[in-house]
Amino acid sequence: MFDKTLAELAGGLAAGDFSSLELTESCLNRIKTQDAAYNSFITVTEELALNQARAADSLRASGKAGIFTGLPMAHKDIFCTQGVRTSCASRMLDNFIAPYDATLIRKFNEAGAVTLGKTNMDEFAMGSSNESSFYGPARNPWDTERVPGGSSGGSAAAIAARLVPAATGTDTGGSIRQPAALCGITGLKPTYGRVSRYGMIAFASSLDQAGPMARTAEDAALMLNVMAGFDPLDSTCVEREVPDYSASLNDSLEGLRIGLPKEYFADNLNPAIAEQVQNAIREFEKLGATVKEISLPNTALAVPAYYIIAPAEASTNLSRFDGVRYGYRCDNPVDLEDLYKRTRGEGFGDEVKRRIMVGTYALSAGYYDAYYRKAQQARRLIQQDFVKALAEVDVIMGPTTPQPAFRIGEKSSDPVQMYMEDIYTLALNLAGLPGMSVPCGQAQGLPVGLQIIGNYFAEAKLLNVAHRFQQATDWHTQAPASIKG
Amino acid sequence: MEWETVIGLEIHVQLATKTKIFSGSSTAFGAEPNTQACAVDLALPGTLPVFNENALRMAVMFGLAIDAEIGKRSVFERKNYFYPDLPKGYQTTQLAEPVVGRGHVDIERADGSTHRVRIHHAHLEEDAGKSLHEDFHGMTGIDLNRAGTPLIEIVTEPDMRSADEAVAFARTLHSLVTSLGICDGNMAEGSLRFDVNVSVRPKGTETLGTRTETKNLNSFRFMEEAIELEVERQIDVLESGGEIRQETRLYNGDTKVARAMRSKEEANDYRYFPCPDLLPIVIDDAYVEAVRATLPILPAQWKATFVEQYGLSDYDASVLSSNNVQAAYFDQVAKACGDGKLAANWVMGELAKHLNQHDTDIQASPVSAEQLGGLLERIKDNTLSGNIAKKVFEIMWQDGGSADEIIEAKGLKQVTDSGAIEQIVDQVIANNTKQVEQYQAAEPDKRGKMLGFFMGQVMKASGGKANPGAVTGILKQKLDALCD
Repeated sequence: MFDKTLAELAGGLAAGDFSSLELTESCLNRIKTQDAAYNSFITVTEELALNQARAADSLRASGKAGIFTGLPMAHKDIFCTQGVRTSCASRMLDNFIAPYDATLIRKFNEAGAVTLGKTNMDEFAMGSSNESSFYGPARNPWDTERVPGGSSGGSAAAIAARLVPAATGTDTGGSIRQPAALCGITGLKPTYGRVSRYGMIAFASSLDQAGPMARTAEDAALMLNVMAGFDPLDSTCVEREVPDYSASLNDSLEGLRIGLPKEYFADNLNPAIAEQVQNAIREFEKLGATVKEISLPNTALAVPAYYIIAPAEASTNLSRFDGVRYGYRCDNPVDLEDLYKRTRGEGFGDEVKRRIMVGTYALSAGYYDAYYRKAQQARRLIQQDFVKALAEVDVIMGPTTPQPAFRIGEKSSDPVQMYMEDIYTLALNLAGLPGMSVPCGQAQGLPVGLQIIGNYFAEAKLLNVAHRFQQATDWHTQAPASIKG
Repeated sequence: MEWETVIGLEIHVQLATKTKIFSGSSTAFGAEPNTQACAVDLALPGTLPVFNENALRMAVMFGLAIDAEIGKRSVFERKNYFYPDLPKGYQTTQLAEPVVGRGHVDIERADGSTHRVRIHHAHLEEDAGKSLHEDFHGMTGIDLNRAGTPLIEIVTEPDMRSADEAVAFARTLHSLVTSLGICDGNMAEGSLRFDVNVSVRPKGTETLGTRTETKNLNSFRFMEEAIELEVERQIDVLESGGEIRQETRLYNGDTKVARAMRSKEEANDYRYFPCPDLLPIVIDDAYVEAVRATLPILPAQWKATFVEQYGLSDYDASVLSSNNVQAAYFDQVAKACGDGKLAANWVMGELAKHLNQHDTDIQASPVSAEQLGGLLERIKDNTLSGNIAKKVFEIMWQDGGSADEIIEAKGLKQVTDSGAIEQIVDQVIANNTKQVEQYQAAEPDKRGKMLGFFMGQVMKASGGKANPGAVTGILKQKLDALCD
């Protein structure tokens, strides 16, 4: 049962092969017995899950089940979940029981999903390795000495380890796609504004976007059908019709125009990864696609621009964690300044502090024009690159990451090297475009991700392209050797 | 040396929206602490702002009323600083692109001349909560009911030259925003708060002196006192060879003492930048015109009408036009009775007196404009004397009813029938022989004054209903006849 996709499980529930309660108990049991090796969960919500499963079963008995009714899943611990600790993997929120549901949580609840728990992540989603979590790093099921990627590393590890069939993630600079690539699963970052951010703890508001993580594009489509849509509680959420993402999965790729940005195949790309990506491209050609080289000339600006804008926004988004109303508060503050300094000094980890300081500096009087304004200008150039390219091709493809999963500790002492991990992914967040990562091979026995980038609101096209690829290949069905039945 | 005072103001006006600027919580004043603070106001993790369009509409109304440029695109920014009553750690406000651009407000000086104060801009922002320092035994309490109340901050050019001018401006602005209905004007509750920027310079010079800012003055009197005190202080410092430090000051209206709060060097770097959670506000001409169509008649327009149409004095017209509800009330009364001066006397006299005594405002007046107009009509057509009219008014105030109903029910109709009056006059002359003899003995030019006694007697005998004009004529005629 643990090796089934969401779609297969939905079929099994509908056919009465098993109940949601049985399915949920089986997932909880796997998490209980096996997650010690992966540390992919921060909180397991056993009681909530069992209640939801029972409710789903009785709904099904009354003939009112929808496709998602009774399907178990996990949520990144960045989404406020009523009555459940929502920590953002930070000491700052270790004691924070959310008093409300994020819109995304509410939508999955309404669809009948079963919440198994909250997954591990980089603290406040700041990181590419899950090593900045207050709860310790999540581990890559392909090699538990290696990182699962980040920041949605717990979600990716839990799916790769077959602890859960699916989980939510968030992507600010690659935080869905990079861990999906490193763990050999499928992840989609939707267009900015496609999924509500209400209740999703903000890292960088203009870049953050929630998305599905699963083993297949088919499952990601099922999830996006639940997640996508306008939310009056999020002013940046776009009021635009939501298509049925499952409906176009099997559309033909005949004539699909694929662009390969030459900048994404440059020197720092691991040759083994380049080879796997090229193999994938050949697969698409077999499916009827045409391929051409394109250029995204401002690619080199993405990392520096991103590491101004994201910390700048983060530096003020995280100001609310002051020890006054909720969350961590230092012991015995002597005065207000002491309360602020020690609460934040003790409550935040190093990477979070680093970004708050960088962001504060970038917004300071006298530096704003040189940093923040320049970064916004670079952002527009990057966006224009994509708009121009996507006028000539339907999708852009390339590697999701320059390297396969690296060892825990390998990059944690060098922030810049860590930041380069997201070199292919974070330009999309700056442009607001949707992107996917699908497994497309292995390098040194570790999964390789193919990134597929589409135009604004072209999620259905991305899922279609990914699904057809997964129909033709079996990389997405490969499981880490370590996992047990 | 002779010094010139230069004053500019920043005014925080709480907008009279039902809910907050970025959340659905109520803005009502006086609730139990923290009962009107929802997840967004508390800045719980994950919450996001949603802009209240009513706040925009009110800001645009203000902009149109001061003849300002309306920003077709305005942008919310974050002003970052830490304070316990600022839950997000930043205030959402506007800086580079405010909703209201340059405009002006004309004020009237004490000597009746008009002075134009330029408005630099006005922007939308959210109010902070309140820190409560009493009753917490060395701790500070935080009440977030006020957090997120919509404000417009209005920034003037340094166009005022005295405390009097600044207060005149403040009063004019108060009457403008209350007339527009965008603010309840309750200064004691902080609905309107003034920050005054004051500097002095040698008279005749152009360069501005170093200014100080005195914050959060919430009455016209405190404002006047604070300015006068600060001007005096600055002149003292300068005349004794010192320098003015640019600083923020606080004035305590109870102790009449001001103190420095922080200097420019200690000021925060607010790290303004556009708020990524809110889209720019974009409005078009149609929106602006739709708002313009909802503008009420403004104080200046009322005043001009009252002077031209009803021949009121400048002073009366100013008083009556200072508040939109009062102006509309007066206008209705004046139209009903066809006599603006009579209407003005009653609205500013009897009505104002009663409102005052009962601590109520004209909006809640138990006597409507229609009722008062009907009453004054009966004065105009001599049905009632002024004194009887006051009695009728009193009954109206207590029990309601139209003037005609009350006159009918109480039999208060004035006696104008000369036959009936003559009868009473004869009776009075017959009953007061001693006074009649004195009248006869008096020099003719002294007799007028003595008429008052007889008048009083006649009015008393008629139960106040005799028409005083008619009584005077008949009395004079009959008494003078006795003197021949």
